[in-house]
Amino acid sequence: MENVTNRPEATPSEVAAASRRSFLRVAGAAAVTGGLLSACSNADQTSVTPSGARAAGPTVALPTGDVGILAFAYVLEQLEAAFYEMILAKPYPNMSSTDKQLWADIGGHEIIHRALFKAAVGSAVPDLTFNFSSIDFNNRADVLIHAEAFEKTGVGAYNGAGKYIKNADYLTLAGKIVSVETRHHSIIRELQYPHSDAFAGPSIVTSDTGLHLAYEPTFVLPIAQKYINETLDASALVSSLA
Amino acid sequence: MNLQNILSEIEKVDGEIFDRLAHVSRRGLFSSLTKKTIAVAAPAIMASALTKAYGQSSALPQGVKDVLNFALTLEYLEYRFYDAGRNLSMIPNDYKAAFELIRQHEEVHVRLLKSVLGAEAVAEPKFDFSAKGTFTDTFTNFATFSAIAQTLEDTGVRAYKGQAANLMPAPAILQVALQIHATEAAHAANVRYMRGQKGWITGGTAAMQGLPAVVDGNYAGEENVTQAGVNLVSALAGDSRITADMVSQAFDEILTKDQVLTLVTPFLA
Repeated sequence: MENVTNRPEATPSEVAAASRRSFLRVAGAAAVTGGLLSACSNADQTSVTPSGARAAGPTVALPTGDVGILAFAYVLEQLEAAFYEMILAKPYPNMSSTDKQLWADIGGHEIIHRALFKAAVGSAVPDLTFNFSSIDFNNRADVLIHAEAFEKTGVGAYNGAGKYIKNADYLTLAGKIVSVETRHHSIIRELQYPHSDAFAGPSIVTSDTGLHLAYEPTFVLPIAQKYINETLDASALVSSLA
Repeated sequence: MNLQNILSEIEKVDGEIFDRLAHVSRRGLFSSLTKKTIAVAAPAIMASALTKAYGQSSALPQGVKDVLNFALTLEYLEYRFYDAGRNLSMIPNDYKAAFELIRQHEEVHVRLLKSVLGAEAVAEPKFDFSAKGTFTDTFTNFATFSAIAQTLEDTGVRAYKGQAANLMPAPAILQVALQIHATEAAHAANVRYMRGQKGWITGGTAAMQGLPAVVDGNYAGEENVTQAGVNLVSALAGDSRITADMVSQAFDEILTKDQVLTLVTPFLA
Protein backbone atom coordinates (compact mmCIF):
# COMPACT_ATOMS: atom_id res chain seq x y z
CA MET A 1 0.00 0.00 0.00
CA GLU A 2 1.26 3.45 -0.89
CA ASN A 3 2.34 5.50 2.03
CA VAL A 4 1.97 9.20 1.43
CA THR A 5 2.63 10.35 4.93
CA ASN A 6 5.80 12.11 4.01
CA ARG A 7 4.76 13.56 0.72
CA PRO A 8 6.34 16.96 0.28
CA GLU A 9 4.05 19.89 0.67
CA ALA A 10 2.91 21.65 -2.44
CA THR A 11 4.53 25.06 -2.24
CA PRO A 12 7.18 26.82 -0.22
CA SER A 13 4.51 28.67 1.73
CA GLU A 14 2.92 25.33 2.51
CA VAL A 15 6.21 24.04 3.81
CA ALA A 16 6.49 27.07 6.00
CA ALA A 17 2.98 26.42 7.23
CA ALA A 18 3.76 22.84 8.09
CA SER A 19 6.97 23.66 9.89
CA ARG A 20 5.18 26.18 12.03
CA ARG A 21 2.23 24.04 12.89
CA SER A 22 3.60 22.53 16.02
CA PHE A 23 4.65 25.92 17.29
CA LEU A 24 1.23 27.38 16.68
CA ARG A 25 -0.45 24.45 18.39
CA VAL A 26 1.65 25.01 21.44
CA ALA A 27 0.95 28.71 21.26
CA GLY A 28 -2.75 27.87 21.35
CA ALA A 29 -2.34 25.44 24.20
CA ALA A 30 -0.39 28.02 26.12
CA ALA A 31 -2.82 30.84 25.44
CA VAL A 32 -4.21 30.75 28.94
CA THR A 33 -0.76 31.22 30.32
CA GLY A 34 -0.05 34.32 28.22
CA GLY A 35 3.58 34.71 27.24
CA LEU A 36 4.03 32.62 24.18
CA LEU A 37 0.92 33.89 22.50
CA SER A 38 1.97 37.49 22.63
CA ALA A 39 5.42 36.49 21.44
CA CYS A 40 3.70 34.85 18.50
CA SER A 41 1.74 37.99 17.73
CA ASN A 42 4.83 40.12 17.84
CA ALA A 43 6.67 37.81 15.52
CA ASP A 44 4.04 38.01 12.83
CA GLN A 45 2.95 40.86 10.67
CA THR A 46 -0.53 42.12 11.28
CA SER A 47 -0.59 44.31 8.24
CA VAL A 48 0.87 43.09 5.02
CA THR A 49 2.07 45.28 2.25
CA PRO A 50 1.96 43.45 -1.04
CA SER A 51 5.34 43.19 -2.63
CA GLY A 52 6.31 42.79 -6.25
CA ALA A 53 4.71 44.31 -9.30
CA ARG A 54 1.18 44.31 -7.98
CA ALA A 55 0.05 47.68 -6.76
CA ALA A 56 -1.36 47.89 -3.28
CA GLY A 57 -5.11 48.42 -3.20
CA PRO A 58 -6.98 50.44 -0.64
CA THR A 59 -6.55 49.43 2.97
CA VAL A 60 -9.29 47.45 4.69
CA ALA A 61 -9.10 47.70 8.48
CA LEU A 62 -10.72 44.81 10.29
CA PRO A 63 -12.81 45.72 13.36
CA THR A 64 -11.99 44.52 16.86
CA GLY A 65 -13.42 41.73 19.01
CA ASP A 66 -16.06 39.28 17.85
CA VAL A 67 -17.13 41.43 14.92
CA GLY A 68 -13.50 41.50 13.86
CA ILE A 69 -13.27 37.70 14.01
CA LEU A 70 -16.40 37.43 11.89
CA ALA A 71 -14.92 39.98 9.48
CA PHE A 72 -11.74 37.90 9.35
CA ALA A 73 -13.86 34.84 8.49
CA TYR A 74 -15.71 36.89 5.87
CA VAL A 75 -12.39 37.76 4.21
CA LEU A 76 -11.48 34.07 4.02
CA GLU A 77 -14.90 33.03 2.74
CA GLN A 78 -14.74 35.73 0.06
CA LEU A 79 -11.36 34.39 -0.98
CA GLU A 80 -12.52 30.78 -1.13
CA ALA A 81 -15.76 31.60 -2.93
CA ALA A 82 -13.94 33.68 -5.54
CA PHE A 83 -11.42 30.89 -6.12
CA TYR A 84 -14.13 28.29 -6.78
CA GLU A 85 -16.05 30.75 -8.94
CA MET A 86 -12.92 30.95 -11.12
CA ILE A 87 -12.81 27.14 -11.42
CA LEU A 88 -16.46 27.01 -12.39
CA ALA A 89 -16.19 29.92 -14.79
CA LYS A 90 -13.08 28.54 -16.48
CA PRO A 91 -13.18 24.71 -16.19
CA TYR A 92 -9.89 22.98 -16.92
CA PRO A 93 -9.82 20.86 -20.10
CA ASN A 94 -11.80 17.62 -19.94
CA MET A 95 -13.21 18.31 -16.50
CA SER A 96 -15.17 15.20 -15.59
CA SER A 97 -18.79 15.43 -14.57
CA THR A 98 -17.74 14.14 -11.14
CA ASP A 99 -15.21 16.93 -10.76
CA LYS A 100 -17.73 19.48 -12.02
CA GLN A 101 -20.21 18.39 -9.36
CA LEU A 102 -17.49 18.49 -6.70
CA TRP A 103 -16.50 22.07 -7.53
CA ALA A 104 -20.15 23.09 -7.81
CA ASP A 105 -20.81 21.67 -4.33
CA ILE A 106 -17.73 23.06 -2.60
CA GLY A 107 -18.00 26.38 -4.43
CA GLY A 108 -21.68 26.52 -3.55
CA HIS A 109 -20.92 26.02 0.13
CA GLU A 110 -18.38 28.84 0.11
CA ILE A 111 -20.77 31.16 -1.73
CA ILE A 112 -23.35 30.37 0.96
CA HIS A 113 -20.85 31.04 3.76
CA ARG A 114 -19.92 34.31 2.08
CA ALA A 115 -23.56 35.33 1.85
CA LEU A 116 -24.08 34.64 5.55
CA PHE A 117 -21.09 36.73 6.61
CA LYS A 118 -22.06 39.49 4.21
CA ALA A 119 -25.40 39.64 5.97
CA ALA A 120 -23.63 39.70 9.35
CA VAL A 121 -20.62 41.96 8.80
CA GLY A 122 -20.95 43.24 5.24
CA SER A 123 -20.86 46.79 6.53
CA ALA A 124 -17.42 46.22 8.06
CA VAL A 125 -15.69 44.63 5.07
CA PRO A 126 -16.26 45.60 1.43
CA ASP A 127 -16.44 43.18 -1.48
CA LEU A 128 -12.77 42.34 -1.95
CA THR A 129 -11.03 41.84 -5.28
CA PHE A 130 -8.60 39.02 -5.93
CA ASN A 131 -5.54 38.17 -7.95
CA PHE A 132 -5.28 34.48 -8.79
CA SER A 133 -2.66 34.92 -11.52
CA SER A 134 -0.31 32.50 -9.74
CA ILE A 135 -2.80 29.65 -10.22
CA ASP A 136 -3.04 27.65 -13.46
CA PHE A 137 -6.78 27.07 -13.77
CA ASN A 138 -6.18 24.94 -16.88
CA ASN A 139 -4.30 22.39 -14.83
CA ARG A 140 -6.35 20.06 -12.61
CA ALA A 141 -3.38 19.22 -10.38
CA ASP A 142 -2.66 22.91 -9.77
CA VAL A 143 -6.31 23.58 -9.04
CA LEU A 144 -6.34 20.73 -6.50
CA ILE A 145 -3.14 21.98 -4.87
CA HIS A 146 -4.62 25.41 -4.34
CA ALA A 147 -8.03 24.13 -3.28
CA GLU A 148 -6.27 21.98 -0.70
CA ALA A 149 -4.23 24.95 0.49
CA PHE A 150 -7.26 27.24 0.78
CA GLU A 151 -9.29 24.65 2.67
CA LYS A 152 -6.37 23.89 4.97
CA THR A 153 -5.97 27.57 5.72
CA GLY A 154 -9.69 27.87 6.40
CA VAL A 155 -9.77 24.92 8.78
CA GLY A 156 -6.72 26.14 10.67
CA ALA A 157 -8.08 29.68 10.79
CA TYR A 158 -11.42 28.73 12.32
CA ASN A 159 -9.79 26.31 14.76
CA GLY A 160 -7.27 28.93 15.85
CA ALA A 161 -9.77 31.78 16.14
CA GLY A 162 -12.49 29.96 18.09
CA LYS A 163 -10.89 30.58 21.48
CA TYR A 164 -11.04 34.36 20.90
CA ILE A 165 -14.79 34.45 20.29
CA LYS A 166 -16.76 35.82 23.26
CA ASN A 167 -20.30 35.21 22.01
CA ALA A 168 -21.35 31.56 22.35
CA ASP A 169 -23.69 31.73 19.34
CA TYR A 170 -20.89 32.99 17.11
CA LEU A 171 -18.63 30.21 18.37
CA THR A 172 -21.24 27.58 17.54
CA LEU A 173 -21.76 29.15 14.12
CA ALA A 174 -18.02 28.98 13.44
CA GLY A 175 -18.14 25.35 14.53
CA LYS A 176 -20.92 24.62 12.04
CA ILE A 177 -18.73 25.96 9.26
CA VAL A 178 -15.31 24.61 10.19
CA SER A 179 -16.37 20.98 10.05
CA VAL A 180 -17.67 21.50 6.52
CA GLU A 181 -14.38 23.13 5.52
CA THR A 182 -12.65 20.09 7.00
CA ARG A 183 -14.87 17.77 4.98
CA HIS A 184 -13.85 19.67 1.86
CA HIS A 185 -10.20 19.36 2.78
CA SER A 186 -10.48 15.65 3.50
CA ILE A 187 -12.12 14.93 0.14
CA ILE A 188 -9.62 17.03 -1.80
CA ARG A 189 -6.75 15.16 -0.14
CA GLU A 190 -8.43 11.88 -1.07
CA LEU A 191 -8.65 13.01 -4.70
CA GLN A 192 -4.97 13.95 -4.66
CA TYR A 193 -3.79 10.75 -2.97
CA PRO A 194 -6.50 8.08 -3.24
CA HIS A 195 -6.77 5.12 -0.88
CA SER A 196 -4.15 6.30 1.54
CA ASP A 197 -3.96 8.05 4.89
CA ALA A 198 -3.55 11.45 3.20
CA PHE A 199 -7.01 12.72 4.25
CA ALA A 200 -5.81 13.02 7.85
CA GLY A 201 -2.20 11.81 7.89
CA PRO A 202 0.61 13.21 10.00
CA SER A 203 1.10 16.34 7.88
CA ILE A 204 -2.52 17.27 8.74
CA VAL A 205 -3.38 15.60 12.06
CA THR A 206 -0.83 15.05 14.83
CA SER A 207 -0.11 11.34 15.26
CA ASP A 208 0.35 11.39 18.99
CA THR A 209 -2.61 13.55 20.01
CA GLY A 210 -4.97 13.34 17.02
CA LEU A 211 -5.34 17.10 16.59
CA HIS A 212 -6.21 18.77 13.27
CA LEU A 213 -4.76 22.12 12.22
CA ALA A 214 -5.04 25.36 14.19
CA TYR A 215 -3.54 28.63 12.96
CA GLU A 216 -3.38 31.98 14.70
CA PRO A 217 -5.02 34.85 12.77
CA THR A 218 -1.57 36.46 12.49
CA PHE A 219 -0.42 33.40 10.59
CA VAL A 220 -3.44 33.21 8.31
CA LEU A 221 -3.63 36.84 7.24
CA PRO A 222 -0.38 36.98 5.23
CA ILE A 223 -1.40 33.78 3.40
CA ALA A 224 -4.74 35.30 2.40
CA GLN A 225 -3.17 38.67 1.60
CA LYS A 226 -1.16 37.14 -1.25
CA TYR A 227 -4.36 36.81 -3.28
CA ILE A 228 -6.16 39.97 -2.18
CA ASN A 229 -5.70 43.28 -3.98
CA GLU A 230 -6.81 45.38 -1.03
CA THR A 231 -4.42 45.69 1.90
CA LEU A 232 -5.70 44.08 5.07
CA ASP A 233 -4.97 45.84 8.33
CA ALA A 234 -5.67 43.53 11.25
CA SER A 235 -3.60 45.41 13.81
CA ALA A 236 -6.58 46.58 15.85
CA LEU A 237 -8.20 43.16 15.67
CA VAL A 238 -5.09 41.36 16.80
CA SER A 239 -4.51 43.75 19.71
CA SER A 240 -8.10 43.23 20.79
CA LEU A 241 -7.76 39.45 21.08
CA ALA A 242 -7.14 38.01 24.48
CA MET B 1 4.27 16.02 14.90
CA ASN B 2 7.80 16.71 15.94
CA LEU B 3 7.83 15.98 19.63
CA GLN B 4 11.26 17.46 20.11
CA ASN B 5 10.05 20.79 18.73
CA ILE B 6 6.95 20.70 20.86
CA LEU B 7 8.92 20.06 23.98
CA SER B 8 11.38 22.82 23.30
CA GLU B 9 8.56 25.25 22.55
CA ILE B 10 6.71 24.25 25.68
CA GLU B 11 9.89 24.65 27.62
CA LYS B 12 9.97 28.30 26.61
CA VAL B 13 6.85 28.89 28.65
CA ASP B 14 7.23 26.04 31.06
CA GLY B 15 10.79 25.69 32.16
CA GLU B 16 9.91 22.72 34.26
CA ILE B 17 8.33 20.67 31.51
CA PHE B 18 11.13 18.17 31.51
CA ASP B 19 10.94 17.79 35.26
CA ARG B 20 7.34 16.84 34.83
CA LEU B 21 8.40 13.81 32.85
CA ALA B 22 9.21 11.62 35.78
CA HIS B 23 12.39 9.63 35.97
CA VAL B 24 14.04 10.97 32.84
CA SER B 25 16.63 13.64 32.50
CA ARG B 26 16.39 15.94 29.54
CA ARG B 27 19.61 14.62 28.14
CA GLY B 28 18.43 11.05 28.27
CA LEU B 29 14.83 11.67 27.25
CA PHE B 30 14.99 10.87 23.60
CA SER B 31 17.63 8.20 23.77
CA SER B 32 15.87 6.29 26.48
CA LEU B 33 12.30 6.50 25.28
CA THR B 34 11.19 4.16 22.58
CA LYS B 35 8.96 5.52 19.87
CA LYS B 36 6.02 3.82 21.50
CA THR B 37 6.77 5.36 24.86
CA ILE B 38 6.91 8.80 23.30
CA ALA B 39 3.51 8.26 21.74
CA VAL B 40 2.21 7.38 25.18
CA ALA B 41 3.92 10.35 26.81
CA ALA B 42 2.78 13.02 24.32
CA PRO B 43 -0.83 13.23 25.52
CA ALA B 44 0.43 13.63 29.08
CA ILE B 45 2.70 16.46 27.98
CA MET B 46 -0.14 18.13 26.13
CA ALA B 47 -2.43 17.59 29.10
CA SER B 48 0.09 19.24 31.36
CA ALA B 49 0.13 22.30 29.12
CA LEU B 50 -3.67 22.35 29.00
CA THR B 51 -4.27 22.13 32.71
CA LYS B 52 -1.38 24.37 33.69
CA ALA B 53 -3.58 27.39 34.32
CA TYR B 54 -5.66 25.36 36.74
CA GLY B 55 -2.82 23.80 38.66
CA GLN B 56 -4.27 20.34 38.27
CA SER B 57 -7.08 18.72 36.39
CA SER B 58 -9.31 18.54 39.47
CA ALA B 59 -9.31 22.35 39.53
CA LEU B 60 -10.83 22.58 36.06
CA PRO B 61 -14.31 24.11 36.09
CA GLN B 62 -16.91 21.35 36.57
CA GLY B 63 -18.64 22.23 33.31
CA VAL B 64 -15.38 21.72 31.44
CA LYS B 65 -14.74 18.39 33.15
CA ASP B 66 -18.26 17.27 32.27
CA VAL B 67 -17.65 18.03 28.60
CA LEU B 68 -14.32 16.22 28.62
CA ASN B 69 -15.82 13.13 30.25
CA PHE B 70 -18.67 13.16 27.74
CA ALA B 71 -16.12 13.39 24.94
CA LEU B 72 -14.05 10.63 26.52
CA THR B 73 -17.08 8.33 26.55
CA LEU B 74 -17.59 8.88 22.83
CA GLU B 75 -13.90 8.36 22.12
CA TYR B 76 -13.92 5.09 24.08
CA LEU B 77 -16.82 3.98 21.90
CA GLU B 78 -15.10 4.92 18.65
CA TYR B 79 -11.76 3.48 19.64
CA ARG B 80 -13.20 0.14 20.73
CA PHE B 81 -15.24 -0.05 17.53
CA TYR B 82 -12.24 0.47 15.24
CA ASP B 83 -9.98 -1.66 17.40
CA ALA B 84 -12.41 -4.56 17.17
CA GLY B 85 -12.38 -4.12 13.38
CA ARG B 86 -8.64 -3.72 13.16
CA ASN B 87 -7.16 -5.33 10.06
CA LEU B 88 -10.11 -7.66 9.60
CA SER B 89 -10.14 -9.25 6.17
CA MET B 90 -13.62 -7.90 5.49
CA ILE B 91 -12.08 -4.41 5.09
CA PRO B 92 -11.10 -3.93 1.42
CA ASN B 93 -7.39 -3.32 0.99
CA ASP B 94 -8.08 0.13 -0.47
CA TYR B 95 -9.51 1.23 2.86
CA LYS B 96 -7.25 -0.50 5.37
CA ALA B 97 -4.89 2.48 5.67
CA ALA B 98 -7.79 4.84 6.33
CA PHE B 99 -9.32 2.69 9.04
CA GLU B 100 -6.00 2.10 10.73
CA LEU B 101 -5.33 5.85 10.80
CA ILE B 102 -8.78 6.53 12.22
CA ARG B 103 -8.27 3.83 14.87
CA GLN B 104 -4.98 5.42 15.90
CA HIS B 105 -6.57 8.86 16.16
CA GLU B 106 -9.36 7.61 18.40
CA GLU B 107 -6.80 5.83 20.55
CA VAL B 108 -4.76 8.98 21.12
CA HIS B 109 -7.93 11.04 21.68
CA VAL B 110 -8.74 8.65 24.52
CA ARG B 111 -5.24 9.02 25.94
CA LEU B 112 -5.27 12.79 25.65
CA LEU B 113 -8.64 13.21 27.34
CA LYS B 114 -7.74 10.76 30.10
CA SER B 115 -4.51 12.65 30.69
CA VAL B 116 -6.29 15.98 30.98
CA LEU B 117 -8.91 14.55 33.35
CA GLY B 118 -6.44 12.58 35.44
CA ALA B 119 -8.17 10.82 38.33
CA GLU B 120 -11.51 12.33 37.32
CA ALA B 121 -11.68 10.49 34.01
CA VAL B 122 -14.77 8.31 33.69
CA ALA B 123 -14.19 4.57 33.49
CA GLU B 124 -14.57 2.89 30.15
CA PRO B 125 -17.98 1.29 29.69
CA LYS B 126 -18.57 -2.08 28.05
CA PHE B 127 -19.84 -1.89 24.49
CA ASP B 128 -22.22 -3.90 22.35
CA PHE B 129 -21.52 -3.26 18.67
CA SER B 130 -24.61 -5.12 17.62
CA ALA B 131 -26.50 -2.25 19.25
CA LYS B 132 -28.78 -4.68 21.10
CA GLY B 133 -29.15 -6.92 18.07
CA THR B 134 -29.83 -4.22 15.49
CA PHE B 135 -26.63 -5.01 13.57
CA THR B 136 -25.91 -8.73 13.26
CA ASP B 137 -22.78 -8.55 11.08
CA THR B 138 -20.88 -5.49 12.33
CA PHE B 139 -17.44 -7.06 12.03
CA THR B 140 -18.08 -9.50 9.20
CA ASN B 141 -19.77 -7.28 6.63
CA PHE B 142 -17.95 -4.18 5.43
CA ALA B 143 -21.21 -2.51 4.41
CA THR B 144 -22.39 -2.65 8.01
CA PHE B 145 -19.02 -1.76 9.51
CA SER B 146 -18.56 1.27 7.28
CA ALA B 147 -22.17 2.39 7.78
CA ILE B 148 -21.69 2.36 11.56
CA ALA B 149 -18.34 4.12 11.15
CA GLN B 150 -19.93 6.90 9.12
CA THR B 151 -22.71 7.29 11.65
CA LEU B 152 -20.29 7.42 14.58
CA GLU B 153 -18.07 10.01 12.87
CA ASP B 154 -20.88 12.26 11.68
CA THR B 155 -22.39 12.04 15.17
CA GLY B 156 -19.05 12.73 16.83
CA VAL B 157 -18.73 15.93 14.82
CA ARG B 158 -22.17 17.05 15.98
CA ALA B 159 -21.45 16.08 19.59
CA TYR B 160 -18.19 18.06 19.88
CA LYS B 161 -19.76 21.01 18.11
CA GLY B 162 -22.62 21.04 20.59
CA GLN B 163 -20.17 21.35 23.51
CA ALA B 164 -17.90 24.09 22.15
CA ALA B 165 -19.68 26.88 24.00
CA ASN B 166 -19.35 24.97 27.30
CA LEU B 167 -15.56 25.06 26.92
CA MET B 168 -15.32 28.83 26.61
CA PRO B 169 -14.06 29.18 30.22
CA ALA B 170 -10.97 27.16 29.20
CA PRO B 171 -9.69 28.60 25.91
CA ALA B 172 -6.74 26.22 25.49
CA ILE B 173 -9.00 23.23 25.99
CA LEU B 174 -11.58 24.74 23.64
CA GLN B 175 -8.98 24.94 20.90
CA VAL B 176 -7.94 21.32 21.40
CA ALA B 177 -11.60 20.27 21.29
CA LEU B 178 -12.06 22.18 18.04
CA GLN B 179 -9.03 20.40 16.62
CA ILE B 180 -10.43 16.99 17.64
CA HIS B 181 -13.78 18.05 16.17
CA ALA B 182 -12.05 18.72 12.85
CA THR B 183 -10.26 15.38 12.95
CA GLU B 184 -13.62 13.66 13.35
CA ALA B 185 -14.94 15.65 10.37
CA ALA B 186 -11.96 14.56 8.25
CA HIS B 187 -12.72 10.94 9.18
CA ALA B 188 -16.42 11.38 8.47
CA ALA B 189 -15.84 12.76 4.99
CA ASN B 190 -13.44 9.97 4.08
CA VAL B 191 -15.74 7.18 5.28
CA ARG B 192 -18.68 8.80 3.49
CA TYR B 193 -16.65 8.99 0.30
CA MET B 194 -15.62 5.33 0.42
CA ARG B 195 -19.32 4.47 0.82
CA GLY B 196 -20.16 6.42 -2.32
CA GLN B 197 -21.66 9.32 -0.39
CA LYS B 198 -20.77 12.97 -0.68
CA GLY B 199 -18.31 14.06 1.99
CA TRP B 200 -20.90 16.46 3.40
CA ILE B 201 -24.31 15.84 4.94
CA THR B 202 -27.35 16.54 2.77
CA GLY B 203 -30.71 16.81 4.50
CA GLY B 204 -31.80 15.41 7.82
CA THR B 205 -32.59 11.72 7.28
CA ALA B 206 -30.51 8.56 7.41
CA ALA B 207 -31.80 7.52 3.98
CA MET B 208 -30.21 10.62 2.44
CA GLN B 209 -26.84 9.40 3.75
CA GLY B 210 -27.35 5.86 2.42
CA LEU B 211 -28.04 4.61 5.94
CA PRO B 212 -30.86 2.60 7.54
CA ALA B 213 -33.71 4.44 9.24
CA VAL B 214 -32.57 3.15 12.62
CA VAL B 215 -29.99 5.99 12.66
CA ASP B 216 -32.42 8.72 11.57
CA GLY B 217 -31.95 10.46 14.89
CA ASN B 218 -28.23 10.87 14.25
CA TYR B 219 -29.05 13.13 11.29
CA ALA B 220 -32.17 14.89 12.58
CA GLY B 221 -31.79 18.65 12.25
CA GLU B 222 -29.16 18.55 9.52
CA GLU B 223 -31.80 19.78 7.06
CA ASN B 224 -31.62 23.24 8.64
CA VAL B 225 -31.13 26.09 6.13
CA THR B 226 -31.44 29.07 8.51
CA GLN B 227 -28.25 30.31 10.18
CA ALA B 228 -28.01 33.27 12.55
CA GLY B 229 -31.58 34.14 11.64
CA VAL B 230 -30.88 34.25 7.91
CA ASN B 231 -32.77 31.80 5.68
CA LEU B 232 -30.01 31.22 3.17
CA VAL B 233 -32.20 29.48 0.62
CA SER B 234 -34.30 32.63 0.43
CA ALA B 235 -31.28 34.91 0.61
CA LEU B 236 -29.67 33.17 -2.37
CA ALA B 237 -32.88 32.44 -4.28
CA GLY B 238 -31.69 34.45 -7.26
CA ASP B 239 -28.42 32.53 -7.59
CA SER B 240 -28.89 29.60 -9.99
CA ARG B 241 -25.70 27.94 -8.73
CA ILE B 242 -27.15 27.42 -5.28
CA THR B 243 -29.59 24.67 -4.33
CA ALA B 244 -31.40 24.05 -1.05
CA ASP B 245 -29.37 20.84 -0.69
CA MET B 246 -26.16 22.86 -0.84
CA VAL B 247 -27.41 25.17 1.90
CA SER B 248 -28.07 22.20 4.19
CA GLN B 249 -24.63 20.73 3.32
CA ALA B 250 -22.81 24.00 4.01
CA PHE B 251 -23.37 23.82 7.79
CA ASP B 252 -23.09 20.88 10.16
CA GLU B 253 -25.59 21.11 12.99
CA ILE B 254 -25.08 20.45 16.68
CA LEU B 255 -26.51 17.69 18.84
CA THR B 256 -26.99 18.23 22.56
CA LYS B 257 -25.32 15.99 25.10
CA ASP B 258 -28.66 14.37 25.97
CA GLN B 259 -29.43 13.72 22.31
CA VAL B 260 -26.05 12.09 21.78
CA LEU B 261 -26.28 9.95 24.91
CA THR B 262 -29.69 8.71 23.79
CA LEU B 263 -28.27 7.88 20.36
CA VAL B 264 -25.29 5.92 21.67
CA THR B 265 -27.12 4.10 24.46
CA PRO B 266 -27.85 1.04 22.25
CA PHE B 267 -24.08 0.57 21.92
CA LEU B 268 -23.63 0.33 25.69
CA ALA B 269 -23.63 -3.26 26.90
